[in-house]
Parts: sequence; structure tokens; C-alpha cells
Amino acid sequence: MNFDRELDARGLNCPMPIVKTKKALSEMSSGQVLKVIATDPGSVKDMEAFAKQTGNVLLEKTQEGNAFVFFIKKA
Amino acid sequence: MSKKLAIIASKGTLDWAYPPFILGSTAASLGYEVTIFFTFYGLQLLKKDLSHIRVSPLANPAMPMPVPMPVLIQALPGMEAMATMMMKDMIKKKGVASLEELRSLCRELGVRFIACQMTVELFGMDPQTEFIDGLEFGGAATFFEFAGDADITLFI
Repeated sequence: MNFDRELDARGLNCPMPIVKTKKALSEMSSGQVLKVIATDPGSVKDMEAFAKQTGNVLLEKTQEGNAFVFFIKKA
Repeated sequence: MSKKLAIIASKGTLDWAYPPFILGSTAASLGYEVTIFFTFYGLQLLKKDLSHIRVSPLANPAMPMPVPMPVLIQALPGMEAMATMMMKDMIKKKGVASLEELRSLCRELGVRFIACQMTVELFGMDPQTEFIDGLEFGGAATFFEFAGDADITLFI
């Protein structure tokens, strides 16, 4: 999937993947896609909850080895 | 209109220092307007230097210890420092952010910090020199001014 920016949140634990995602998105423009890579297993549910509450769209989530990859489109 | 979260942070130990900053930064990331009111021991979390924040194994039977430890041993000098060192080590290893980091993230995300004026005076703290910049000082009524409209209010 195409993306405009990548955030490496590997090794970080709650709430850092979410907070860093929010910070990255706030520097992007509407419609752009952010790719987030995280290893925190809690981030899977948290990223869904983040998208649901902020209106940003979680386009895709996949697992690559021990990492979780998210594609989020800024609202 | 954004949702509002009001938190009272009343504790000053390493373990209890985390929830206000974790919940505050997360809520702010979700678009909440967040205010944290620091009172009593919670004021310690506003000090410029946080290296004095510790965790005690005493009166905390749920605290994980490498070996079972009788209460009287836990009360010995140095045990608190050891427990604190162990927890900080664990925090670092597991990729949990430091208190300083979470606190400054809260500030960046616009979380409002209010220090309880009454307890600042009760403990004889100097509001000019001891705390981080950008604090507001206020009392219970200041808290309710915000909490009265809050969607969520937490006492920690």
C-alpha cells in the first residue's frame, strides 16, 4: 500500500504508539496515509479504538513477524 | 465539541505517577481536552527533577519480587531504593516511557496542569522555583470549574 509517511514505533509500549501516531498525523494533511510499525500487542486494539474515536481511517492492519503494521488515512 | 477528561493526581510514588500521565496523554491524542489537578503527594510529579520519585515494596503485597520477601526485610534501609531501581530497570526494558517523557508529551499535547495552591503552601513548597514552567495554581473550585463539564473524571 502507498503511504506518505512512516512511523517506527517498534519497542515502544502503551501509550507511546498511539501518542506518536497522533503527533505524526497532526503534521500531515488530510487524505495522506501514515504507515505505523509497532511491536506492542496492545496497539492492535488501541489503533482501532484510536481510529474510531478520532475519525482517521484505519485502512489496513497486518502482522509481519512480531510486528504489527497499520495504514491510517488522515481525516 | 471535544470531550473533556478531568483527573486528580494525588499520589507521588513511581507506580502511581504513571496513570495520570498515560491517561492524560492518550486522551489528548484522542482529541480530549484534558486537565490534571495535582494535589497532596501528586505535587511531587510537577517537580523539575523527578529522580526522587520512588516505589516502596512496603504495604504492597502485589509487588513482584525476585524472591519472596518478609515484610520486616522490606522495611530495611535500602530496600525502597532497590525496589525503585528494579522497577525503573523493568520500565526501560519493556519499552515503557519514562515519567519525564510522558509528562512532556502531555504538555506538548496541550494537557492543562493545575497545582493545588493549598497543598503547595501546606508542604511549604516554593511555587516559583520547585516546579516545571507553565503551571496554573488553584484550589478545589478551579478543579470543579473544569470537572463540572467533564465527560470523565478520575481520582488517582
